[in-house]
Amino acid sequence: MNEQPEQLRNFTINFGPQHPAAHGVLRLVLELDGEVVARVDPHIGLLHRGTEKLIEQKTYLQAIPYFDRLDYVAPMNQEHAFCLAAEKLLGIEVPRRGQLIRVLYCEIGRILSHLLNVTTQAMDVGALTPPLWGFEEREKLMVFYERASGSRMHAAYFRVGGVHQDLPQKLVDDIEAWCDPFLKVVDDLDRLLTANRIFKQRNVDIGVVPLKEAWEWGFSGVMVRGSGAAWDLRKAQPYECYAEMDFDIPIGKNGDCYDRYLIRMEEMRQSVRIMKQCIQKLNAPEGKGPVVVADNKVAPPRRGEMKRSMEALIHHFKLYTEGVHVPAGEIYAAVEAPKGEFGVYLISDGTNKPYKCKIRAPGFAHLQAMDHICRGHLLADVSAILGSLDIVFGEVDR
Amino acid sequence: MDDAKLDALGQTIVSALPGAATGHSVAFNQLTVDVEASKIVEVVKYLRDDPNCRFVNFTDITAADYPSREKRFDVIYHFLSPTLNARIRLKAQADETTQVPSLIELFPGADWFEREAYDLYGVFFVGHPDMRRILTDYGFEGHPLRKDFPTTGFVEVRYDDQEKRVVYEPVRLNQEFRKFDFLSPWEGADYPVLPGDEKAGPKV
Repeated sequence: MNEQPEQLRNFTINFGPQHPAAHGVLRLVLELDGEVVARVDPHIGLLHRGTEKLIEQKTYLQAIPYFDRLDYVAPMNQEHAFCLAAEKLLGIEVPRRGQLIRVLYCEIGRILSHLLNVTTQAMDVGALTPPLWGFEEREKLMVFYERASGSRMHAAYFRVGGVHQDLPQKLVDDIEAWCDPFLKVVDDLDRLLTANRIFKQRNVDIGVVPLKEAWEWGFSGVMVRGSGAAWDLRKAQPYECYAEMDFDIPIGKNGDCYDRYLIRMEEMRQSVRIMKQCIQKLNAPEGKGPVVVADNKVAPPRRGEMKRSMEALIHHFKLYTEGVHVPAGEIYAAVEAPKGEFGVYLISDGTNKPYKCKIRAPGFAHLQAMDHICRGHLLADVSAILGSLDIVFGEVDR
Repeated sequence: MDDAKLDALGQTIVSALPGAATGHSVAFNQLTVDVEASKIVEVVKYLRDDPNCRFVNFTDITAADYPSREKRFDVIYHFLSPTLNARIRLKAQADETTQVPSLIELFPGADWFEREAYDLYGVFFVGHPDMRRILTDYGFEGHPLRKDFPTTGFVEVRYDDQEKRVVYEPVRLNQEFRKFDFLSPWEGADYPVLPGDEKAGPKV
């Protein structure tokens, strides 16, 4: 017989890459001491598509659709960051109606993302009804995406200098009619989850992040607001017409999964509030007008014009073959995406293609803290924490 | 913050860290400070702890490749100060062999961003406990975001039904990768004479 003393070894398991609670293609190597998590090693990159490399080969217009495919739950918010970066380098200002439409659709994106996150987080801890209710509303919102851009998810609707097409009045009215019934759905979800005993047992005091750590780990968005910082780029560094919108920033006290859930619920209500203001402003006389800058060196001329004007035709041809030449310079532009600060760091060398485009995804910074947050928690808490981090692999792996 | 305040902040930083921060500039309402790669930890520590700065939120680390330069990489750091409501960008030059000190002691969040910069550009960070590749495939070779790395890559992967496993093969393109030169000869092409135009010189 072997004389060696029996050694206790930690148990290592693979969580994912195909696991319903992994929210995509995440592979977590978990080292378990009994049921307690001793170490988490996330392996990412299974969805890496080389987006940044591809963008370097494409013109600014061709780069926009890649942004839909990052955080594919809220596509337009990503496009927004890229357009803002390019617009700052070009030194152009988006017309008012264009700004309002952008803000309206960014808030729709925020609701899309939060609905998915809140309900699947509930599913991760055992509730099946919330996703069914939430996805019904998501479906309606995606129809709004489709009616504006022609596609339900990969919209490619924002342009450098504005948005591609104006919204028909019927669509604006339909979005307005959607707002109030949706608040009732949020209330229903609220009643289903907020006071639910199981949901609270699985989320309260789980995955606590103190504010100091949240800043150090590069957190943003709901992850710092949950830890108690009233920090929201829409308020702190307002872009577009967020400065004139009236809305509140919910913050948490404990920095646990439950606070983050509550913040997302409240943010959906605040988003509806912003959407209503946008619609009101869109319907006002000042809200009418062009949706994209008039400069034909940046935005293509309208179709009707092209039929008659030679110059418009040339502009159209040059824009869709060669593209916009963006002046040399570098810029970091960030938006408050649903998941946190989504930033685009753009270096232009004055040609029609970006020299470098770094995509700073919030999910990337949040996911790397998995090891830090999960240590000492139980195995079952891993999926609750993962759910509350709000990870979408499109943007983590790029 | 307006440009004047950012400029003043940049001057304070540069004068407080002689030899480490070498210069600053303000463009598009954003402050950039040039730093020595070897002194980056000192600079970031100052920016984090100085009561006038408080750049406590780590935002981003990335690199940019300029193959024609002697030190081909810019290592670029972004930080955010919630107190000042300002961002700062630090730039350090490095080449393939420069050992850039890791920020992981100051900002644990630098972990994956440094791994990413190593993976995609091949910038080395010393003091990082776990310098593995992060985004590319297991066993990948090369640094894909370098300008001399082809967009198509070198290998392609498929499932082989005979061998019952995934195989790697040299990349084979059915159509050559097309790169269009859209820069029109009327504005700013970098070749001096268009083909055929050399005959149009002054008659001798």
